[in-house]
Amino acid sequence: MRFVRSVVVILVLASSSGVAPAIAYAQQPAEQQGAFVPAESLPQRERMPAAPLLVAAYAFVMLALFGYVISVSRRLTAVKTDLTRLEGEIRRTGRG
Amino acid sequence: MPKWFVRAAVLCGLMFAASPFVIATSRDEAELGMVFKIFYYHMPSAWMFLLSAIVCGIASLRFLFSGDVRRDRTAVAAAELTVLFGLITLVTGPLWARRSWGTWWIWDARITASLVGWMIAWSYLIVRKYGGPGSDKLAAGLAIFGMANVPFIYISVNFWRTIHPATSVVPTLPVDMSWRLWFCVASFTLLYVLLFKLRVYLEEERSRVDTLYLALEG
Repeated sequence: MRFVRSVVVILVLASSSGVAPAIAYAQQPAEQQGAFVPAESLPQRERMPAAPLLVAAYAFVMLALFGYVISVSRRLTAVKTDLTRLEGEIRRTGRG
Repeated sequence: MPKWFVRAAVLCGLMFAASPFVIATSRDEAELGMVFKIFYYHMPSAWMFLLSAIVCGIASLRFLFSGDVRRDRTAVAAAELTVLFGLITLVTGPLWARRSWGTWWIWDARITASLVGWMIAWSYLIVRKYGGPGSDKLAAGLAIFGMANVPFIYISVNFWRTIHPATSVVPTLPVDMSWRLWFCVASFTLLYVLLFKLRVYLEEERSRVDTLYLALEG
């Protein structure tokens, strides 16, 4: 029984002193970048995989902005149509 | 719309047409390579996202205390732009992260807080659309929470352990990279002002329609 207790104590100590920090170290994210440094030249193989992501990002930005401008202009046209119709009705009925 | 609006819109269009050429001629970054160039759109859109959340919060605060409906219209316009620029930030960020960090998303303080801020802006618009009478005041409360989240988003990278670049990266940029960044910031700021003005104008015209409907019924 004492032997079992000793094994349990050793396991608990081992997990708290060695295993837990090792797991924590393994889960640490990569080093945070504190500055951007320009690169004169990178190998072509390192550049290529970035191109689709770069193009996708810019295409998305342009599409989102263009879509939003279209959406606002359509809403504005609808409101202007309503305004013209209502002003006409008010003139006809003599209210307002 | 005023004359300056058309001139500014033409200038903004020219700046956005020139920006891909400005960015394409930029040098790559040593660690991130070509994908770093996403930064030239990602960071200005993130700034407009945070600026818009602040504008929405201040306008909502003033609306709650003064009851001035013009402030409410300003808040609605800013909330919609918060959603737009937040969406751009939250889409371009993962595209950059996939190449530089090897993952689309990490649940760090800044990225999670940005997502929360974006969802607050969405909830503002949803409450305004479906909330019924009194939803303007309820939404204004949400906008204040959205504004309170902004400083947390900005400083979080300096206090919590994360792989997201720190706020110190912008002042350390070499001149040939920094002028390109500030060109993009100027383009996005001008675009923000124009879209904001247009969106407020739409709210004003909607208000006129409501007034005319009431005049017809009365």
